[in-house]
Amino acid sequence: MPRRIVVLGGGTAGTMVANRLARRLTDQIRSKEVEILLISNTEKHIYQPGYLSIVFNEQAPEHFIREEKDLIRRDVHLIVDEIQRIEPEQNRVLSDRAEYPYDYLVIATGSRPDFGSVPGLRESAHNFYTLEGAIRLRDTLAGMKRGRILITVDTPHKCPAAPLEIALMLDDYFRRRGVREQVEIKYTYPIGRIHALESVAEWALPRFEERGILHETFFNLERVDPERKAVITMDGEEHPFDVLISVPAHKGAQVILDSGIGDGMGFVPTDRHSLKMKGFDNVYAIGDATDLPISKAGSTAHYQSEPLIRNLVSRLRGLPETAVYDGKVACFLENSLRDASFIVFDYEHPPKPAAASELLHWMKMAYGEIYWLNVRGIL
Amino acid sequence: MSEVEVKTSIDARGSFCPGPLMELIKAMKQAQTGDVIEVLSSDTGSAKDIPEWARKMGHEVVYCEQAGDHWKIAVRKAR
Repeated sequence: MPRRIVVLGGGTAGTMVANRLARRLTDQIRSKEVEILLISNTEKHIYQPGYLSIVFNEQAPEHFIREEKDLIRRDVHLIVDEIQRIEPEQNRVLSDRAEYPYDYLVIATGSRPDFGSVPGLRESAHNFYTLEGAIRLRDTLAGMKRGRILITVDTPHKCPAAPLEIALMLDDYFRRRGVREQVEIKYTYPIGRIHALESVAEWALPRFEERGILHETFFNLERVDPERKAVITMDGEEHPFDVLISVPAHKGAQVILDSGIGDGMGFVPTDRHSLKMKGFDNVYAIGDATDLPISKAGSTAHYQSEPLIRNLVSRLRGLPETAVYDGKVACFLENSLRDASFIVFDYEHPPKPAAASELLHWMKMAYGEIYWLNVRGIL
Repeated sequence: MSEVEVKTSIDARGSFCPGPLMELIKAMKQAQTGDVIEVLSSDTGSAKDIPEWARKMGHEVVYCEQAGDHWKIAVRKAR
């Protein structure tokens, strides 16, 4: 019987782990010592950073969508199934139609925006965190010539830089269309500055001020009144809008909640260095699925996959696990539709935004193409 | 401090983004009124940010103190 690794989740983290593991274990897979199962609940793979390009009609939605089967190595078994339950004590995951025992499990079930997290949000808000949301927002913005845009942010959410980026990009978008003076852009944030990262907040604030982007801090959403088109914050104040763009609080996958293995929001308790699910030596968690206090972003999954894969390969070869995740995250910051900055940081080193340039913007665009090689495990 | 029953302790040391305060806000949503949430942070800014946010939102800062190379800050959910 081959030793079986089950990778649960076919997003960035899961696809990358399955492919990169297979590349490292080619001989063992061929000789049937090891098998890799990738279980995904969808046949499509979406490059989510592309949503911002869709919103501003810079790219068509289909540009960012591939068939998962076309991204997976032939020596990985791709199974499209909806897992209902993870049973780490029994070393198995279960769906309505099958049971999948494993020797090692990698949980890569991601996170999702919770539109039910605030009353009235689902009915009132636009978003750019889903494909449908990005398309709908694109169409609304395309028809907009005047009015008030209100951006709200809740926590936790993936891609922590995206709310700032959309504010800066909206400014550029309406300037290029010659209607910026008739469009008010107001950005809000839950804490006492405009971004959680102090250096990023300091980077963004003068840009907001010179471009006339309004901003308000300590802005914590309590409910949205769809009839009156107003947001009500925890301090009882009312904030009117014509277009509300909201980044809702995210939660973990339903299977994590249903299996009772996550925290209250469905994130998997994870060791920050070994990436093992706490209490289980043969279960790892990666990417957005973890409860780690770091950015939920594709780059996080990428950097986590490196030590995770090295350790799994070591174990399969009877060697000790020596690789350690150091908290590394990297992130582009769009400064407009045509230039960008870049940050990189880890548990020990805070980020310092690079000077914004067109080159960094084009690197971000180029990465969007290179991604398809990266997720195949080729880079 | 020893008399305070901490309901949840969040180890946000090394968290730059989204940061210790954002981790606290996440935990506060799941907490019940009266619960005390403790945050461990290696960022000195947290000693200012977290009490400022808590006061603004009407929660009680139970303690905010340095413990070796990090800060320990506890907040009681008031409503």
